[in-house]
Amino acid sequence: MLKILDSAVPIACWSCSIGHNDSTLFCPHCSKIQPPPGGDFFQVFSLERRFSVDLPALEHEFHRLSRRVHPDRFARAGENEREWSLADTALLNDAYRTLKDPLHRTEYLLKLEGAEIGEEHAGKNRASEDGKGPKDPSRVPADLLEEVFELNMQLEEMRMARKMGDHSSDEDLSPGPPDLHADLEMAQKKFEGLLGHVDEDLRAQWKVWDEGDAGARLAAQKTMVALLDRRRYLSNLVRDVNEVLGA
Amino acid sequence: MAESNSTGRVVGIDLGTTNSLVAYMQGDAPVVIPGVDGLNLVPSVVALDPVPPQGSVSGGGRPTVTVGNTARKALIETPERVIYSVKRLMGRGLEEIQDELKLFPFRLADDVEAGEVPRITLGELRFTPPEISAYILRQLKRNAERFFGAPVTQAVITVPAYFNDAQRQATKDAGRMAGLEVLRLVNEPTAAALAYGLDRAKEGTIAVYDLGGGTFDISILKLRDGIFEVQSTNGDTHLGGDDIDNLLQAVALDEIYAEHGVDLRGHPGAVQALRKAAIDAKISLSTEDVAKFDIELPNGDRYQREIPRAVFELLIEPVLDRTAGPCKQALADAGITADQIDEVVLVGGSTRIPAVRQLVDDLFHLAARGKKPHTELNPDEVVALGAAVQADILAGASKTTEEMLLLDVTPLSLGIEALGGTVARIIQRNSTIPASATEHFTTGVEGQTNVAIHVVQGERELAADCRSLARFDLKGIPPMSAGLPRIEVKFLIDADGILKVTAREQRSGQAARIEVKPTYGLTDEQVESMILDSFDHAEEDFAKRLLIEARNEAETILAAVERAPESPAWGQLTGEEQAATFAARDHLASAKLGEDQSAIREATLVLDRATRRFAELMMDAAVTTAIRGKTMEAAGDDLGEAVNAPHPMAAAEFK
Repeated sequence: MLKILDSAVPIACWSCSIGHNDSTLFCPHCSKIQPPPGGDFFQVFSLERRFSVDLPALEHEFHRLSRRVHPDRFARAGENEREWSLADTALLNDAYRTLKDPLHRTEYLLKLEGAEIGEEHAGKNRASEDGKGPKDPSRVPADLLEEVFELNMQLEEMRMARKMGDHSSDEDLSPGPPDLHADLEMAQKKFEGLLGHVDEDLRAQWKVWDEGDAGARLAAQKTMVALLDRRRYLSNLVRDVNEVLGA
Repeated sequence: MAESNSTGRVVGIDLGTTNSLVAYMQGDAPVVIPGVDGLNLVPSVVALDPVPPQGSVSGGGRPTVTVGNTARKALIETPERVIYSVKRLMGRGLEEIQDELKLFPFRLADDVEAGEVPRITLGELRFTPPEISAYILRQLKRNAERFFGAPVTQAVITVPAYFNDAQRQATKDAGRMAGLEVLRLVNEPTAAALAYGLDRAKEGTIAVYDLGGGTFDISILKLRDGIFEVQSTNGDTHLGGDDIDNLLQAVALDEIYAEHGVDLRGHPGAVQALRKAAIDAKISLSTEDVAKFDIELPNGDRYQREIPRAVFELLIEPVLDRTAGPCKQALADAGITADQIDEVVLVGGSTRIPAVRQLVDDLFHLAARGKKPHTELNPDEVVALGAAVQADILAGASKTTEEMLLLDVTPLSLGIEALGGTVARIIQRNSTIPASATEHFTTGVEGQTNVAIHVVQGERELAADCRSLARFDLKGIPPMSAGLPRIEVKFLIDADGILKVTAREQRSGQAARIEVKPTYGLTDEQVESMILDSFDHAEEDFAKRLLIEARNEAETILAAVERAPESPAWGQLTGEEQAATFAARDHLASAKLGEDQSAIREATLVLDRATRRFAELMMDAAVTTAIRGKTMEAAGDDLGEAVNAPHPMAAAEFK
């Protein structure tokens, strides 16, 4: 599956005036730096849109491009070139940061393909989520309802025990009632295991999408969006347990 | 100022809390440029000259100041005209520096209002922290110009990796005031890595542990094909050797009060003399098992005490332990464990303390893995050397550094205040810079033409707990129904770690006007008005200026030698030493009449060397008299607030 991503409208290079497509950081003819191209993060690395990425190759390309566009190379250049180097390098860094991380890459590509992802920004919805653990029961994956309910009880109990213990014992975090502690550690392992499963499932869907036709892709996208929701939920749970266990 | 020149030398500057240095690339190795006194380290101390030269102003309406070792001597004699550790105040607001005021003899101007850049009173004048730093930078610039015999207008300046936006901007402002175009701000630990990376074309993961005079940084870097890619950084911009000095000083002050009934607090000269004794004790404890305080007090008593190294280590443990948390966080953020660190580099004078080395060894399991931390390069100089390497990279056209590239990160997350005072993070900490984020805003009211945006830096959930960077007002939005305008705001952190913002209203296509009001910082106009001197950089003027400077320096030292025989310390010199001093004096006096600035410099240096022992004797005498209180009337002025350091250990336990 090869998709032609190149823009149809050529842009003239500011330096040599020869037209080039707009997804390039450098003029293919005179090698001069160009204003930030309009394409997506994959285009920055001349990659086609795929969920699987060859990470060592990506890093190599990142280093190669960095050497050419970084502001350090333009410290004494004219104002325009300095400006473009700054903007291009920011784009390159943003692209690399997104593509090298499997989760960020998955979310990014899904969004490029028009999928709606539950959480726009990790930070933005923090306020609503940041209470004492996952509260919105409608978001609990159905197969986990019972366990999540029990876990939340245990977390609450542990927090209470901690509060009481604070007055009697010294500054060290008291481990709390031993059996409760053990229960939580078990839950921690269990949910971390579930997270691992989700990641495996996601990887499987990458392959389906990367190698599939339009229909397969649409189905895989849907599955991935659901998996990401589940993953977000699980990782919040794990975060809460870690917090309470003082890990 | 002139257009950026593309041929002159670019120097590397380490603008430190305690000492500053300037270095450059000599062939394929960086070297430090010594000052007039022949020494590499320029103490970051600025003294307002006691007697303004005739007519009070010269050199473009600027007061005359002394920087470096000479200023440090004035610290004991005229403490009210001297300032040190000003880096602690850079880019900080009034309410942020309250703690510093308790520990350092910073005398704030009393009419500073909240939101203004604090001004420090020195004698009869007031200075902002960037102005003080500019004096230090100007001294380094002059040292370099003297060394090259040519103007220097471009520099790389290092900053603690954990410096925030305002602290970085303040440093850049200082450079501009000193007449330097700051081509890049480089993080100190990264600079150190560059200095080390030059001779070892290695690949691997390294940790740089940088405990300086006032700041602590930890950076973790990956080295590969000449690319230095910072993985994570963490630190504390108010943790360093200063804190250890404060502890020792406070303990001694308490003991002197408890045992001898003498309260030295409130006597700035005496406190500074005691501080110097504390610093000497700290330094000697890095090699000796025991250090001694032996000080004569105003009432004739002697304060004598031995500080065994074990007691010293117990005392400073809480300070050193504060470096452990940032190290662990940096490892976690880099996604690696201590065992995956291939090499550790130690930077900063405080890493000479054996207890610090032990802590680093424990944190990174070095001995257990048969490794030793790197200390081959002088920890006081390595940052400046790295800055020189970066300067060479920026200047281009050098075979040594053409394959090298530094990819650094932003130490703190950038966010905007969302509804309810929470922070919406738009650029995560440890993102490679330059980094950018685009956000969309709209209006909430019919016909609204302004939108206010509050940008903060930090890791806390609430905007109020983060560092406020700036408030932006998007103005000139075309009046539309509420929620209809779509304003795209682009946040970009540049390669210096400084934020830039642009905005555009997308429906009208109109670039929205932004009024940036930094929470703490100087406006462009203010910086412009504080530029130290507007020398014309033309070559012939430059030669003239060098000559004038050389003569001024000669004048200063000749005047000091003229007064020397009046000092009791003079009598302690041998006849030979006195004769040598007079011979050097006469030589300089005749050189000064000529036009050859380098001959004058040389003769100045010879006289400076001839009088070095005399200067040391004077210094010792000053310390003694200051503690005895003899110069207290002269020092006179009250500090406003007593220098008073809290410490965790009761005096009685410190025996």
